[in-house]
Amino acid sequence: MSADAHAAHGHGHDDHGHDDGRDHGSMKSYLIGFFLSVVLTAIPFWLVMTNAIENKNWTIAIIVAFAVVQIVVHMIYFLHMNTTSDAGWTMMALIFTIIIVVIALSGSLWVMYHLNVNMMPVHDMRNMP
Amino acid sequence: MSAPIQTINGTEVPVFYVVDEHDHPAGSSTMLGFWLYLMSDCLIFAMLFATFGVLGGSYAAGPGPKDLFDLKLVALNTAMLLFSSITYGFAMLEMMKGRVKSTQMWLGITGLFGLAFLCIELYEFHHMIHEGAGPWRSAFLSSFFTLVGTHGLHVTFGIIWLVTLMVQVARFGLIEANQRRLMCLSMFWHFLDVVWIGVFTFVYLLGVLR
Repeated sequence: MSADAHAAHGHGHDDHGHDDGRDHGSMKSYLIGFFLSVVLTAIPFWLVMTNAIENKNWTIAIIVAFAVVQIVVHMIYFLHMNTTSDAGWTMMALIFTIIIVVIALSGSLWVMYHLNVNMMPVHDMRNMP
Repeated sequence: MSAPIQTINGTEVPVFYVVDEHDHPAGSSTMLGFWLYLMSDCLIFAMLFATFGVLGGSYAAGPGPKDLFDLKLVALNTAMLLFSSITYGFAMLEMMKGRVKSTQMWLGITGLFGLAFLCIELYEFHHMIHEGAGPWRSAFLSSFFTLVGTHGLHVTFGIIWLVTLMVQVARFGLIEANQRRLMCLSMFWHFLDVVWIGVFTFVYLLGVLR
């Protein structure tokens, strides 16, 4: 019983004793990642170049969704992100960065949009008292 | 040398404290450190994306994305970067098997794809500047050249790094230090591809749709 468990544990590990949880990928994972990336890149370009969807907002939503999915695909298949490498610290750093990026991006766009709208000389001055 | 400590009554068990940190093998924290660098690089790009998002509609009565961007060229560029990503992956797989020659070959192919990407981008920039749409023309173009140019500069330094490592591998083989360096460059290269996803989506595709 315990011998089986040892064999199962030992399988697939290199002989270095200190396992850092890093994944170096395989031919299969790289090819899956590449295939997904090609599909996820080709569809947005096709949508924009041929104007396949009449509604512009739908096109924008689909393109952004594809970009997000493709970034996740790259993270998993090319950058080999997982929750165990370096005891989870790479994932912690990534989550922290994503939070900062979301705050900075959405904050900048939101604040500057409203600033822009309020600065535009669109008020009709003739009706002012 | 280390005589047992004699306590006064002779029965107390001495307590030891480990003063020195235990040994870390060389380079064991390099990957995490490099990842942290990439995350800080990610913040630089996030700021440039935010700038482009704010200024991307300020054409100053100049040319807009529809007049300037050639999506076929951008698609070709994207393909180059995607191909270079998979060939770098092949180089890493060969490195894991310890094959110097095929590792070098795939690294060389990766470098050529990177160079092709750079040439296409420089051609695009040259074309735009030739038409009078340089970074000085409008806020939109300033932020465009800053964002895409910063990415191109990263690719440039990535290629320089790649050539440096090919020389290193040629001279010293796939020693542990070189493997570590190649893994760092692998992360750098794939990271640049991730940033490019953002660029072609938010700058080119959404720009043309705008």
